Amino acid sequence: MNRFAALLDRLGYEPRRNAKLRLLTDYFRHTPDPDRGYALAAMTGALMFKEAKPALIRGLVEERTDPELFRMSYHYVGDLAETVALIWPSPGHESVAPASDDAPTIGHNNPPPHVPTLTEVIETLATTSKSDLPARVAEWMDALDETGRWALIKLITRELRVGVSARLAKTAVAQLGEIEPDEVELVWHGLEAPYEDLFAWVEGRGPKPESGNPAPFRPSMLSHPLEDEDFEKLEASEFLAEWKWDGIRLQAAAGHGSDGRPVRRIYSRTGEDVSRAFPDLVEALNFEGAIDGELLIVREGRVQSFNVLQQRLNRKAVTPKLIAEFPAHLRVYDILFEGEEDLRALPFAERRKRLEALVARLDDPRIDLSPMVPFTTWEDLAAARADPASVGAGPDADAIEGCMVKRANSPYLPGRPKGYWYKWKRDPYLVDAVMMYGQRGHGKRSSFYSDYTFGVWREGPGGEELVPVGKAYHGFTDEELVKLDRYVRNHTVNRFGPVREVEYGKDRGLVLEVAFEGLQRSTRHKSGVAMRFPRINRIRWDKPAAEADRIETLEKILERGEEEVYPLQDKAAKRRKG
Amino acid sequence: MGSIIPPPDIKRPNPIFSPMALRSTDILTQTPQGLYCPLGEFHIDPVRPVKRALITHGHSDHARSGHRSVLATRETLLIMAVRYGADFADATQEAPLGESLRVGDVTVRFTPAGHVLGSAQIAIEAGGTRVVVSGDYKRAEDPTCRPYEVVPCDVFITEATFGLPVFRHPDTRAEVRKLLDSAALFPERAHIVGAYALGKAQRVMALLREEGYDRPIYLHGAMERLTEFYKSEGIPLGETPKVLAAERSKLAGAIVICPPSAIQDLWSRRFPDPVTCFASGWMRVRARARQKGVELPLVISDHCDWDDLCRTIRETGAGEVWVTHGQEDALVHWCTTHGIRARPLHMLGYGDEGEAEEAPAADAGTGDAA
Repeated sequence: MNRFAALLDRLGYEPRRNAKLRLLTDYFRHTPDPDRGYALAAMTGALMFKEAKPALIRGLVEERTDPELFRMSYHYVGDLAETVALIWPSPGHESVAPASDDAPTIGHNNPPPHVPTLTEVIETLATTSKSDLPARVAEWMDALDETGRWALIKLITRELRVGVSARLAKTAVAQLGEIEPDEVELVWHGLEAPYEDLFAWVEGRGPKPESGNPAPFRPSMLSHPLEDEDFEKLEASEFLAEWKWDGIRLQAAAGHGSDGRPVRRIYSRTGEDVSRAFPDLVEALNFEGAIDGELLIVREGRVQSFNVLQQRLNRKAVTPKLIAEFPAHLRVYDILFEGEEDLRALPFAERRKRLEALVARLDDPRIDLSPMVPFTTWEDLAAARADPASVGAGPDADAIEGCMVKRANSPYLPGRPKGYWYKWKRDPYLVDAVMMYGQRGHGKRSSFYSDYTFGVWREGPGGEELVPVGKAYHGFTDEELVKLDRYVRNHTVNRFGPVREVEYGKDRGLVLEVAFEGLQRSTRHKSGVAMRFPRINRIRWDKPAAEADRIETLEKILERGEEEVYPLQDKAAKRRKG
Repeated sequence: MGSIIPPPDIKRPNPIFSPMALRSTDILTQTPQGLYCPLGEFHIDPVRPVKRALITHGHSDHARSGHRSVLATRETLLIMAVRYGADFADATQEAPLGESLRVGDVTVRFTPAGHVLGSAQIAIEAGGTRVVVSGDYKRAEDPTCRPYEVVPCDVFITEATFGLPVFRHPDTRAEVRKLLDSAALFPERAHIVGAYALGKAQRVMALLREEGYDRPIYLHGAMERLTEFYKSEGIPLGETPKVLAAERSKLAGAIVICPPSAIQDLWSRRFPDPVTCFASGWMRVRARARQKGVELPLVISDHCDWDDLCRTIRETGAGEVWVTHGQEDALVHWCTTHGIRARPLHMLGYGDEGEAEEAPAADAGTGDAA
């Protein structure tokens, strides 16, 4: 348990993906079976046990500590699991216990507490009844140190949150040997914790495990953004285009188990099995093979905005009411397998024909084709992208965030290969805002003020004031970052921990041209609006703060909805006029 | 209690109304300059220039320059000279550890506090009452300074930097091994360890040497003079070259020690893919570590943790405790619930150097000085 705790502890502070991988691989290499397998299960969310509720942990600690000291500590630390892990009075620490007249417990003859292994913890959790759970947890807490207790609480409340995806953990396992992460993915669903056969295989000590999963995940093919200079190099006639939907990328796979029963699964872009969240869609997967598409919410034949889709996501309980109000829909654009036949080496245009045939056979309203966007020249496509409704997108235009441009002869390749698929997103909204706060970044940027909160003007109770409308931490070059960082340091008027407030007002302040994808109403923000994907488009060193935009500009975007795009060109034209 | 030292010859203002002993506030009171002993006419660790100062240790929030006369341990006087120049006070006097000295109408005695090299507690005795000002102190083992000695007393004046039961400092050896394990796992990256220039930095170096690390430990320029001073006091720290600006990009695999402000500074970004480490008791709380952008927190403190604060208060046998600075409320609460009279002093001006400082360190410019 201590080794696992040390791993979680270190992962929690490590922002770099490659460093996380190294820590994981090092752990798997130096930890024996079955502990490492259970650790892998914990990180991939594959463990099955009755989780302990935070209330159980709280109850245990309240019996053992002075309530006033606990209150002050919790207030200071701000996290229940961590407060409990730190304050827990292990044997020999009487100074947090409530003062009492009882004889001190010093001098007892109890044996030193036994530090449990991860395997013991997990196996015990699987077999312990609810009524015995508190006593077992208390024994472990007594035996572990602060980091160990913290990790134990994270584990049993299933709140690991150390920034490790299932995919990353599997990649780390693959790196123990000479195996591609995708191969681990393919055998994964036939395996069970503690994965001794998997480790034996990657370490060259055993045979490749059978893939027991008739509906496995295959790595998704991703695209590159299309840059202005690309158009000169790319020949329009070699490409096909579809709409880029503002939804969630999914892969739907279906097959038959050895018992002949159908197996249907839905995976996220990174291979997480999300079938449980979409039972309505799973039901519709009446085919064999694997298809690639976008999750959308469709009501009365009309695709809803991403804001609506968000209300279906991240729900713990998928109730019939939720399904009825937010019906899941899969709009497909590629096919990877049909039956046992691997189609990924075929040209995109060929796969498209196979896909069209499959969707026609399915004949299910929940699964449809993403239509192709006809074009001859890049200018045609630019026009379509600027006004999707004019080229047949109809009322679905709201949910379109640009075009996907795919080479007609492109095979389906894992990852983000260069030269095949491009995304050409709709122009963002733009607003001129004034920098109000700078915050230190993370990882490589930890020495820089790289996260900026910005505001726009509004009529406040005491006259014109800036109200914060968002925060952005990218969109600028490294050189611009150095300048912005210097600006924050030289114009600081207040410090709040890692945050600095900078000078701003009608006659002072730095104007940032902020690009964003959309707006939502928000009760969490003072301004009442929240931006999607805000980033710094340009730094307006030249522009006086008094000329920055007003909140009314944002409110108009909200009111008009997404049809009324406030595109780059309009804005630029307005700027020229003004 | 206090019988080793002969009762001082002092005139009590009204012996009829205080027949037992002097009241503690006659021995020590609070003034804007800091703690003041009226009978001895001296301040302890004053935050402003005074006539006569007794200094517990060399951290800059306790040891300031500009006093008329300073009484402190030999090491503390030398540290002040290193930091402020030889003329940091008009007159200085060395206080030998364990020896009683007469100052005005009281007797004072300096005893090791285990905080940093030269750190001492100051016991003040008059009329059969003994007050101990602990300064900053710790009970944990430290190869770079003398260990804390318990001084029984009537009134114990303690700090409470880590005065919450969530602060339990782990075994320092395990923390140093975390650093060494990381250096072994990431040999292409430099490990940049933030540590306070006086005490913590040298303790980390000594701990690394105890764990068998024999490669050079690189130092930020701000660490140099105090580290040389520690070495001249006979504390072996091995090879500790100063980092040259041009060399930074070549220090893959090295362990570099710098002031806490430099870990967030551009100075540290010139090293190969640096791992940001910080040696401090504050690292016990994750949010604190994250706030500073620390990737490898090392819980190594020169202050008492909660258990040691409580244990020390018990061991002094004090019936009354004053808490100078830090997380006073929890410690006062603990004392009160354990039958010890206690009050917070809410003293300002302490915690500007070393771990007592809680807020993120001020920026030190671009740090090219090093």
